[in-house]
Amino acid sequence: MSWNLDSDRPIFLQIIQKIQTDIISGFYQPGDKLPSVRELASEASVNPNTMQKALSELERTGLVYSQRTSGRFITEDHKMIQHLKSELAQKIIEEFLEHMSQLGIQREEAIALITETIKGETK
Amino acid sequence: MTLLECKHLTKKFGKRNVLSDISLQVNGGHIIGLLGPNGSGKTTLIKLICGLLTPTSGEIYVNEMPIGTSSKKVISYLPDHSYLNDWMRVRDIIDYFEDFYEDFESIRAYDMLAKLKINPSDKLKTMSKGTKEKVQLILVMSRRADLYILDEPIAGVDPAARDYILDTILSNYDENASILISTHLISDIENILDQVIFLQNGVIRLHTFVDDIRQKEQKSVDALFREVFKC
Repeated sequence: MSWNLDSDRPIFLQIIQKIQTDIISGFYQPGDKLPSVRELASEASVNPNTMQKALSELERTGLVYSQRTSGRFITEDHKMIQHLKSELAQKIIEEFLEHMSQLGIQREEAIALITETIKGETK
Repeated sequence: MTLLECKHLTKKFGKRNVLSDISLQVNGGHIIGLLGPNGSGKTTLIKLICGLLTPTSGEIYVNEMPIGTSSKKVISYLPDHSYLNDWMRVRDIIDYFEDFYEDFESIRAYDMLAKLKINPSDKLKTMSKGTKEKVQLILVMSRRADLYILDEPIAGVDPAARDYILDTILSNYDENASILISTHLISDIENILDQVIFLQNGVIRLHTFVDDIRQKEQKSVDALFREVFKC
């Protein structure tokens, strides 16, 4: 699994996004145990402190919880995961519309383009 | 407890100030990049911390003790050039380190050698520059030290092996230990750093957390370095 981290944005934010995506996509199932900070840091080739910071932040938001001796687990709150999913989807759509408007493409036109692209794919 | 502290450190070679009034503190559990252009004083600072040079003025403390036998016990140092005897076999050097350092663990050394496909029976003389560097780094990382000081650890190593070496560094130090790495290859290692020190003409230009640079400047450490030290 590749982490593809950019060097010009804070690493811990990118780690948070990556783990969020992994939870939404089902790579990590609710209740799954996360690998240790060490293992994750080594996998992502980042500093363990940075990984720790990202996980603490995920814990603060409630997406991940820790059990004192046995490690960190993914939340079993399905609603929270659903909520995160729609939140991220919303963000991607907004970014997309922003890019489109930079190209001078209005919303209706953008929607038409999307429909066309999807049709093209299913052919 | 502060792992490493330098107070108003100055080093002169003749009349030239190589380091002027360096003060810094490093706690355990960090990986710090010591970055600066050629001749900025990186190696001199490292040699002072390792007790290989004496400061013109100022003080250095490791674990709150002055530099001496006790500090050498807890610092594992990779110099910028080899000091090992060329005629020795890797196996013999491991025995030598085992005798020399209380905290040296041969098992880890052999394990890393196997992963990098280096034969312990080979003599250093027969090895390429990059392979020799790998052997030295393995020796240094096989100690259970409090402070690892690596002077240009990956310069002669190919990019594929670099990744393995970074992984080796990440997975072979204790949580409470710190690593000070001096290098020019910033983009290769910046993701594993959590702090950087920029050294310029013997003074500290910047000492900060890496993610702060990315957040405030929206730049990678490599890009910031190129900007600060533009020729």
